Amino acid sequence: MGKTLFEKIWEAHVVREPPGEPALLWVDLHLVHEVTSPQAFEGLRLAGRRVRRPDLTLATMDHNVPTLPGPITDPLARAQLDALRSNCEEFGVPLYATGSGREGIVHVIGPELGLTQPGLTIVCGDSHTSTHGAFGALAFGIGTSEVEHVLATQTLGQRRPKSMLVRFEGEAARGVTAKDLILGAIGQLGVAGGVGHVLEYAGAAIRGFSLESRMTICNMSIEAGARAGLVAPDETTFAYLEGRPGSPTGAAWERALDRWRALPSDPAAVYDSEVEIDVASLAPQVTWGTNPGMVVPVTGRVPDPAESADPDDRAAAERALDYMGLRPGTPIQEIRIDRVFIGSCTNARIEDLRIAAEIVAGKKVAPGVKALVVPGSAQVKAHAEADGLDRLFTDAGFEWRNAGCSMCLGMNPDVLAPGERCASTSNRNFEGRQGPGGRTHLVSPAMAAAAALAGHFVDVRELDA
Amino acid sequence: MKAVRRVTGRVAILDRPDVDTDQIVPKQFLKRIGRTGYGDVLFFDWRYDEQGQPRQGFALNDPAFAGAKVLLAGRNFGCGSSREHAAWALSDYGFDVVIAPSFGDIFRTNAGKTGLVAIVLPEREVKGLMESVDLDRGSELTVDLEARTVTAPDGRVLGFEFDETTRHRLLHGLDDIDLTLEHADEIAAYEAAHPSPVDTAAL
Repeated sequence: MGKTLFEKIWEAHVVREPPGEPALLWVDLHLVHEVTSPQAFEGLRLAGRRVRRPDLTLATMDHNVPTLPGPITDPLARAQLDALRSNCEEFGVPLYATGSGREGIVHVIGPELGLTQPGLTIVCGDSHTSTHGAFGALAFGIGTSEVEHVLATQTLGQRRPKSMLVRFEGEAARGVTAKDLILGAIGQLGVAGGVGHVLEYAGAAIRGFSLESRMTICNMSIEAGARAGLVAPDETTFAYLEGRPGSPTGAAWERALDRWRALPSDPAAVYDSEVEIDVASLAPQVTWGTNPGMVVPVTGRVPDPAESADPDDRAAAERALDYMGLRPGTPIQEIRIDRVFIGSCTNARIEDLRIAAEIVAGKKVAPGVKALVVPGSAQVKAHAEADGLDRLFTDAGFEWRNAGCSMCLGMNPDVLAPGERCASTSNRNFEGRQGPGGRTHLVSPAMAAAAALAGHFVDVRELDA
Repeated sequence: MKAVRRVTGRVAILDRPDVDTDQIVPKQFLKRIGRTGYGDVLFFDWRYDEQGQPRQGFALNDPAFAGAKVLLAGRNFGCGSSREHAAWALSDYGFDVVIAPSFGDIFRTNAGKTGLVAIVLPEREVKGLMESVDLDRGSELTVDLEARTVTAPDGRVLGFEFDETTRHRLLHGLDDIDLTLEHADEIAAYEAAHPSPVDTAAL
């Protein structure tokens, strides 16, 4: 019997796996940020332990950094960033701090530095670590106790998850992007459909996608409940990696290619389950509720909770509509917005910014709408500025900021006011996610840009080519 | 980590599906660098209004649920973010046990690492427990992790399955890192045989 990509990576990283017990897995790369690490470093200090492999660990500042220049005025945020800096110094962990030129959202910088490579095990105290699966790595989010465990031992105990193949079949229409595919898949699977599973994304649509689009897909695996999602590495992956600072060179590059080419699932590999997503029938997606599974096509309407068969689902939909200030039956394109956020580890890479910039070029943000672009990293920002994208955004009336997680979770000053409605390229529309009382609609960068100009949701497929 | 064997206490009911960790501890409280004191901010935006007053109708503000040690929750409890603060906050508030039809994977792991007992029971049994607690508000329930049983307020005894490794660690209050370091030789052998493909110090 053949093996899946997941099985090959798993088996190559087992340090020990006694019958009936969790496997102890070796961790190739551990990414660290300021929010979920201070208690882990403190635990090491209290127990007199060191970081076993600082050379496999990398820290950055992303979650609570302000995106406007100037000093950090929030004393708690400053204390947390100071703690990261002193912890990294004390334990010898490399840190890309704000201003280093290499800082940014942890899931954006790993790939752009060439550290995220096929076949690796990658963990981080952040649920969107699944992003790195786009390279054919087994990458998943962990809690702070596990962060401490990895810092101390470079290993992690894990029960082997089940595998699910998610096949995106058919060709996407113009204007339908990776974000729409993954939102459509979450709508079909449900927010718990992937619990206990590693998802492998396959199909012609995935093969045709850039690494950046594949990252958008893998990023949101956790929104279907799956800790990890991955895509088999191919020539697109290798072309992305070649020449990056962390990528192998010379003979080591050739050896790496040989290893990476052996990773894709064997033809006879068996998954615990398989689902198919019909890409050709997908329209651009817009969430209407308070979890990412509450999603409809832009051509649709806000659903009627009364149509839910399950009483818990019905009650949840009623609560969601009440929170979102929406009425059943309202056409999605009649929903007016106050704010637009283009950013996050889901959609703040250069490809995302290019798509959005192309739509806003020469146009103006609708009166009354405040729109924000937050590049995913300092390098993405520099790249976009070199290409003149920042001017396209600012000329259209967008604010152009420094890199960070920003309004995806509103730990920094970028938050929605109570009742404000936002078209957001981020990954979670949970209550209060972007600010207490704020209302989030998840969309693609193209849809967010188009909504900024119109002041309400529009179908990007109907924009002039 | 403190050991947990048997918990008897009042029960609170939070009958909503897909309660995410952003609700359990909102992000505005994630800037703290300690592990304690999160009980005050548990479910903060659901518990308190804009003026900081308790919201009528939210479960934890119900006097019948005051001092509860067991939380009965809806399916997919703790989905979303990896923040371990969610488990810390539930424990700090006074909960020793959460019972739900299913959990978010990362939350469930975090709970097991921090001494919070996260028990899965079939949805109809959780609903049944909710009904019996609702009929007899303020009643107590017993969870026996050693025997893997839940004794309902009406005396019914329900069995549950629990990850053996986690159960052993919880029952004895063992440190996860200490347990792993018992296998330091095997880790070192793996490490020696597998040169690292990346070097974060050499960029």
